[in-house]
Amino acid sequence: MERLGIKETKFAVKIAKILKTKRMTEQEKLFEIALEGGESLDYEPGQFIMITVFGAGEIPISLTSAPTNRLSFEICVRAVGKVTNALHTLEAGDLVGIRGPYGKGFPIRILEGNDLLIVAGGLGIAPLRSLISYVLENRRDFGKVHILLGCKSPQDMLFVDELNLWDRRMDVHYECTVDKGAPDWAGNVGVITTLIPGVDLEPERTFAVVVGPPVMYKYVIRELLAKNIPERQILVSFERHMKCGIGKCGRCQMQNLYVCQDGPVFNYDDIKHLSEAL
Amino acid sequence: MKDMQHQYALLSKDNLDGFISRLSGSKKVMAPFSKGHNNYSFEEVRSGERIALNYIPTILSPKKFFMPQYETLLSYKIGKTINVETVVDYEEMVLFGVHTCDLAGIQCLNMVFSERPKDYNYLTRKPHILIIGLECNNYCDEHASCHLVNASLPSGGYDLFFTDLGDYFMVHVNTQEGEEMVEETKSFEPAGKDQLHELADLREQKRKIFKNEVSIAPRHLPELFEGAFESKVWNELGERCLACGNCTNVCPTCYCFDIREEVSLDRKSGSRYRMWYSCQVEPFAKVAGGINFRVDRSARQRHRYYRKFKYPVLKFSRFFCTGCGRCSRTCMADIRLKETLNALVKEKTTKLWRDWE
Repeated sequence: MERLGIKETKFAVKIAKILKTKRMTEQEKLFEIALEGGESLDYEPGQFIMITVFGAGEIPISLTSAPTNRLSFEICVRAVGKVTNALHTLEAGDLVGIRGPYGKGFPIRILEGNDLLIVAGGLGIAPLRSLISYVLENRRDFGKVHILLGCKSPQDMLFVDELNLWDRRMDVHYECTVDKGAPDWAGNVGVITTLIPGVDLEPERTFAVVVGPPVMYKYVIRELLAKNIPERQILVSFERHMKCGIGKCGRCQMQNLYVCQDGPVFNYDDIKHLSEAL
Repeated sequence: MKDMQHQYALLSKDNLDGFISRLSGSKKVMAPFSKGHNNYSFEEVRSGERIALNYIPTILSPKKFFMPQYETLLSYKIGKTINVETVVDYEEMVLFGVHTCDLAGIQCLNMVFSERPKDYNYLTRKPHILIIGLECNNYCDEHASCHLVNASLPSGGYDLFFTDLGDYFMVHVNTQEGEEMVEETKSFEPAGKDQLHELADLREQKRKIFKNEVSIAPRHLPELFEGAFESKVWNELGERCLACGNCTNVCPTCYCFDIREEVSLDRKSGSRYRMWYSCQVEPFAKVAGGINFRVDRSARQRHRYYRKFKYPVLKFSRFFCTGCGRCSRTCMADIRLKETLNALVKEKTTKLWRDWE
């Protein structure tokens, strides 16, 4: 058996340094990362990377920062498995490996000029924050912006400082709800679908962007359709456990589509018939 | 006719041994080998004697040479910095005796791995493997369905192709590398018109032997699958399936994989490898938090069939079943590909009649 070094392989990882970490909740941590040598990770909101924790393994994680900062990027990671738990032990200065970005992100050029209804459930805020940050940095390119956020409890809320800023902005309609309140919680209590009927929107010029746990989509989409938002104007983003990111390994396949290449962002109209999607 | 003769050479059966030994002098030669109990496997040979010329498809298809069960993708050393080296392991070899079903399987893998984004591990390894095909003059056994998927006759994908014509092999020389094997081993004679006629006669004979193995014409298969997603046939398979993954392991066109990490005990170095993985096993479509997008075995079996008869047709315009019959032969629950297709056809016909009445 001969062994050959190959450069062009898609499995090559770039070394990157963790610049900053921030604990967000008991389970989630935010990492700011920069590729070595000042290289820019050229990405779009909604895309994902494969990150290597050397000695533990590699996992797909969505980008949570807006691509406007070209020198570093951010990911928000929930500790649920071997690699994410290992990642949580890393601190500023530690090295990781990066492949990507991969997949089709949110179609910014199509969204421009339209109103946006952004619906985030739980950790779904992570990829959506990338879009929201981009939209707010380019605010005049978009119409009305509604942001609806749902999470389990007030303690599970991510990006709290930013949520407060969005709440205070006059050019953003922001609302949030928790499934289960807390003694010091004065806000809404209930599932995210309860927020949708009250939104004052013009369906024909509104694009809804929905990201959340798998169980959420069906109910949220039902409400969006009840608001007369056309099916083609509903965008979703899916979580799958990609292993290769290049449309080969089959792990993220839903019927004939590979989430890593054909998604993770899909038009609802294109996937509504796929039994393995929602 | 004269031109065609050029593309052919003759190898007397007495010279097969010499051909293989000379070939094995410069390269590793892998050929079908009897493992007993009507099981065969591609093993290294140094002479022609022990090659099983009359064999039913090997337990594992030649896929294992192009896409090894375990394959290192990269290795790394952790120090002050981290050194990562991406690698491909390969071996110069000649595969002798590859049936047309398996040639079709290799052609499928070629399409998958050369589609962008390309898989350079596969593409780097591929040219190091020379392929000598071997024609099936008759069906191997009752599980084969090679005619259905148009794989009972050769259609490229080899360097040399052997057809057994009694005392000698008629050999089609398909590539420069094939020609070099013929030249270097000095075992061949030129083919004459008579042998070309004999070959044509054999192919004519084969057209009578190889007939559609199921109750639907291949051109109607995509349409059949179009309407079969909610079929009860999948439930029936789901009830029997043991989710062992044997069918995908032996399949010449199943290429799904997992990527795993191997780390040294001192955690100073490690490597990443890919290994065959199966959509039939329970964790395949699971995500963080435990949600599984194909939780039922029926959905997993359906996925397997759709990955053979529908999805690749959309992407590559061909079936990813080569009719080799391995999945049926190996299934512990007696799930048979031909029976499944016939059951889908029957269900559809019954429904049509019901709608008609």
